Amino acid sequence: MQTMSLNQTPDTASVFQLKGSMLAITVLELARNDLEALDRQLAAKVAQAPNFFSNTPLVLALDKLPASEGAIDLPGLMRICRHHGLRTLAIRANRIEDIAAAIAIDLPVLPPSGARERPLEPEPEVKQPEPAPAPAPAVEPQVRPTRIITAPVRGGQQIYAQGGDLVVTGSVSPGAELLADGNIHVYGAMRGRALAGIKGNTKARIFCQQMTAEMVSIAGQYKVCEDLRRDPLWGSGVQVSLSGDVLNITRL
Amino acid sequence: MAKILVVTSGKGGVGKTTTSAAIGTGLALRGHKTVIVDFDVGLRNLDLIMGCERRVVYDFVNVVNGEANLQQALIKDKRLENLYVLAASQTRDKDALTQEGVEKVLMELKKDFEYVICDSPAGIEKGAHLAMYFADEAIVVTNPEVSSVRDSDRMLGILSSKSRRSENGEEPIKEHLLITRYHPERVEKGEMLSIDDVTDILAIKLKGVIPESQAVLKASNQGIPVILDDQSDAGQAYSDTVDRLLGKEKPLRFIEVPKQGFFARLFGGK
Repeated sequence: MQTMSLNQTPDTASVFQLKGSMLAITVLELARNDLEALDRQLAAKVAQAPNFFSNTPLVLALDKLPASEGAIDLPGLMRICRHHGLRTLAIRANRIEDIAAAIAIDLPVLPPSGARERPLEPEPEVKQPEPAPAPAPAVEPQVRPTRIITAPVRGGQQIYAQGGDLVVTGSVSPGAELLADGNIHVYGAMRGRALAGIKGNTKARIFCQQMTAEMVSIAGQYKVCEDLRRDPLWGSGVQVSLSGDVLNITRL
Repeated sequence: MAKILVVTSGKGGVGKTTTSAAIGTGLALRGHKTVIVDFDVGLRNLDLIMGCERRVVYDFVNVVNGEANLQQALIKDKRLENLYVLAASQTRDKDALTQEGVEKVLMELKKDFEYVICDSPAGIEKGAHLAMYFADEAIVVTNPEVSSVRDSDRMLGILSSKSRRSENGEEPIKEHLLITRYHPERVEKGEMLSIDDVTDILAIKLKGVIPESQAVLKASNQGIPVILDDQSDAGQAYSDTVDRLLGKEKPLRFIEVPKQGFFARLFGGK
């Protein structure tokens, strides 16, 4: 995942770009202030996975060290890590002595774990004439062509018209499922399930010549066969639309 | 050009094996060299219906695994010159079949036979899938009741989407509907779906209606395909079905309910 921010002076072409990025970085969380044990255990780990420990960027996490553990020998700790192929980029700490030690050797200090990184963008929002209309990742037109099915839709089959309408010219058997982001039209007998506007389009409708469906649903509001059967329009040509959270069934 | 016909249904107990035996025998009676292959590995029945259970030495799984060749495993029918049976294994299960193995056997059979009838097991799992995968035509056997119709509908969906023909984008499997265990009186009383109800839902070409008949059980127990009992209603109905499968325009005496009712009453109870 990558976010991008352009920072350009209006008069000169920019020499650099600042980019925010999320990197996967190994964090070594120290639980005890025992460098000899660390050295031994790291050596064992290296023996298991030699490839992993070769110039691996590392954040040293000292923030989980209990206050009682005493001041840590930061340069010594970094030497041990370096020896095993781990290159310390920064430390994460909350004890004042650790932070001081890091500053002393010019090592960046990250906020302690749990404090999620906040966007620290040095971004002076200067209004500037767009140098070139950046090829914006424009919102693609979401309309896709209607999906047309001419064969009967059998029980157990599921047909989804993503981003558009679905037209079925044959019949839809019990146990079949029609899904569409847009409208659904069925010209044969409709005996299965029809779910229109499944991404939440409340304007979607369902049209059928012979409404004997197991279930109809628009944008999540549904009626099952048990209710549909009581409708005087059961078996005839209808359209189903949604107003508020009520499904309306009207004669075509 | 040899044809592979699968007899399938989804649901069990509707009469797939009875139909496979009858249709296969009917084709052989009409001079077509035919083999019936039992895909119901583990629950083999075809050999019983065909009356050759005492002559099974090698079976389909043996051939698939290369433990026997086809000539050793094919059982020649004692009554008809042109009819052979390839029995299923009783000791193995459906996982013993592989797609490659089945393909090899079927392609070999196609060289020698005009018709290869695949008797599918119930269900939609591996055995049923392999039985229909290489088919050119399918006979979908349905009883006039809702669960059987629903399962057949599901099977039709699988035939049109999961067969070799559909996967290769070839002409789809030709689907034929066969309604079995039809009971006109019960249809009239509204206890059973009518032919129209069934064809309305399944929307494929009806090739025959076999009435519920004592003759079927009798034939099964004797190991004689019911089509050979030409005095029986079911035997005649299967005969008509075979003729229609071969493209003959048989008078549709089993399609219309009143005639069907009359016919069944005439021969019923035999």
